[in-house]
Amino acid sequence: MQQDRTRDTKEIYQFKCPRCGAIGQYSGKPGEQLTVTCASCNIQGRVSIPGTTASFSTNGDAIEISHLKKLFGTFPAVDDVSFTVKKGEIFGLLGPNGAGKSTIIRMLCTLTRPTAGVATVAGYDVVRQAGKARRHIGLVSEKMIMYDELTARENLKLFGNLYNIPKDVLDERIRELLGFVRMEKWTNQRVKTFSTGMKQRINVIRALVNQPEILFLDEPTLGLDPQSTAEIRELTKRINTEHGTTIILTTHIMFEAEALCKRIAIIDHGKIVALDTPANLKKLVAGTEASTFHIEISNLEPKMITSVQSLGSVKSLVQEDPTHLLVRTTGNDAFDDIVDSLRKNGAKIRMVKNLEPSLEDVFLHLTGREARETISENATNSMGPRHGPGRRRPRRIR
Amino acid sequence: MGVRNTLSHSAWICWKDLLEFSRSKLRLVMLVLMPLFMMVMVGFIFPSGSTISDTPIALVNNDTGSLGTSFVTQLETINNQTGMMKLSTAQDFNDIKTKLQNSEINGGIIIPENFSSDIASGKQGLITIVIDQSNPQMSLTIQGVLTKTIEAMGQQTAIYNLNNTFHVSITTATSMITPYAVESQGIVPGEPNYFQFVAPGIIAMVVMMALMTGLPHAISYEKDIGTLDGMLAAPINRLSIILGKVMAQTVRGMIQGFIILLLAVALFGVVIQGNILLVIFLILLTVFSFVGLGILITSFTQNEETATMVMMTLMFPMMFLSGVFFPLQQMPWYMQDFAHFLPLTYATTALRKVMVLGADISAVGTEVLILIGFGIALLAIAVPMFKQAMSK
Repeated sequence: MQQDRTRDTKEIYQFKCPRCGAIGQYSGKPGEQLTVTCASCNIQGRVSIPGTTASFSTNGDAIEISHLKKLFGTFPAVDDVSFTVKKGEIFGLLGPNGAGKSTIIRMLCTLTRPTAGVATVAGYDVVRQAGKARRHIGLVSEKMIMYDELTARENLKLFGNLYNIPKDVLDERIRELLGFVRMEKWTNQRVKTFSTGMKQRINVIRALVNQPEILFLDEPTLGLDPQSTAEIRELTKRINTEHGTTIILTTHIMFEAEALCKRIAIIDHGKIVALDTPANLKKLVAGTEASTFHIEISNLEPKMITSVQSLGSVKSLVQEDPTHLLVRTTGNDAFDDIVDSLRKNGAKIRMVKNLEPSLEDVFLHLTGREARETISENATNSMGPRHGPGRRRPRRIR
Repeated sequence: MGVRNTLSHSAWICWKDLLEFSRSKLRLVMLVLMPLFMMVMVGFIFPSGSTISDTPIALVNNDTGSLGTSFVTQLETINNQTGMMKLSTAQDFNDIKTKLQNSEINGGIIIPENFSSDIASGKQGLITIVIDQSNPQMSLTIQGVLTKTIEAMGQQTAIYNLNNTFHVSITTATSMITPYAVESQGIVPGEPNYFQFVAPGIIAMVVMMALMTGLPHAISYEKDIGTLDGMLAAPINRLSIILGKVMAQTVRGMIQGFIILLLAVALFGVVIQGNILLVIFLILLTVFSFVGLGILITSFTQNEETATMVMMTLMFPMMFLSGVFFPLQQMPWYMQDFAHFLPLTYATTALRKVMVLGADISAVGTEVLILIGFGIALLAIAVPMFKQAMSK
């Protein structure tokens, strides 16, 4: 039962029936949970006091995961993971491909059964109360959940009807949602005529059709061009702030996690290696001797790169473009070593910048390896590396 | 509430499937073309006796007397009425042999030298029919046709002789020469016709194919492109998904079934003798009996390719062993026994009884019960399997 955040007096609260849209009232002591009944269509739902957007309440957490484990055969895709996601936050699951992010999402969306452990979503156990949990979630999966031959409206209509939303409420909601992503003009156009960015916008609002309290975004910017990527990131923020929706986001792009998420869990090999706010995560590396240098060399040659790479203090090196290097180092002598080595090879150093630690450094620090094949955010962001088997396969005519 | 919700959700999924289907022009064209091809193909590749016409036959007349010539005249007169043969002349047996080998003719007739003299001396006149052993079906037919023609000519000659020589009336003479007359009568009007035989079978088969290929394909396809997750993450009964797909495939199968029915009636002269409502009921029952099998295949195939392979393996024996194209009675006993384990056999038999023979429900009671039994048994296995497969 969706509850209106506005309230008339201090103790009387309003709720909006998700079925017929009628406004009902209830009152009670703060912290109390009660069952309300819609006066016009007689269905029941739970609310908690004081009113928030959520109709559920355990201890204020949208998601609770405890010792969650998933084995594929004998391979642990998710290995004893525990964390909680607070109501209203954007929570990031960050990790390289195959780290187990998607498997966690699939378990939380009741699509895959955990091998062991417990997970509750909106207060409902994902195994025993899967049906109830499903009412409160929206899923934007890696593969778009959309039918190309159907129009934007028809796609939303189909899924709206699977959530038993009454016709007039649904019509209104579809209009609102299409307006929300500025796609009213495309309402009756078939999805197959859309660009990938437009499709993804529809894909995101499709997951909002049931007004979920928790939205799962599994690699929402994968395969999008830079402009669409920015759009989707902005949309994610707006959903969170305007709808008050709790969002779980998986990504392998550090920048994305940092820009969007309030808290981030870094996952590697099915295990959580760190979980904190982006700022706190960066503090993990601040105290160490690790630093990152951005070096510009006007006459950059391969031998210079080889010599820098062979230094003991250098942990990784990436050539960003013909004149720029990004070097991650450890130890206090690193800077001197690099400059000496470059000079010896006749390099003309134009500029050296000591970069602020980024999540990339955190990841490197925690796991000892790069999160992605290339570090340059701009280079990979535009195309998005394909990952996982059979991802984003083109549609085929049956 | 639960049942109503499940049905409402499946109706929406069905709506989606049909909408998707109707938007694809190619699929719509194939929907009509497939049954048309089927009918044309099976209707014309299996020859029936009455369809033989203008078969090239060579004639050798070595007779020295006049009876040979009058035999040929009589043969030509009869042939002009039936149009079965295209008669040409040949020199001798070797000439016929060469022509047969060159595929110029399909058979030959030889009237020997002493044909007239044998008959004149009170002996039988012997006529030789030359057949083509490389084409058993054709030579059998020709042999039958020629034997019958020649026999009829012989009888006529005998009747004429009796009438002329002994002044016996034609009627009496006829009853003396051929005391037994045969007449075929069907239980419904009309000649037997292969389309009549094959149309009910094809209808049952197309409906079967829609469910057996369409269902696993539709589900595994959505699994592959990822849209199935959207439905699985929605608070709907797992059964709604499969039920919606079943409904959509049933509509598709029924449309194709009706196209065949229409084509059969309009283009191929098939007459539906039985109650059309009973025909529709039987088609729906066929759907029911195959739903379980379709769901079963869906449950244990993980992707589209495997699904297609499994379906093909199961479908071909079903198609050929269920009496759709060939009557069951033509098959060896072990194949007949095997056919009795296939629901398609009963669907075909029941549809044929109603459509061709005008049978009513009581005449197809056994088939109806067996089809219901098949449907229930397969669903009882398939539904739990599907639910399990969807919640891995």
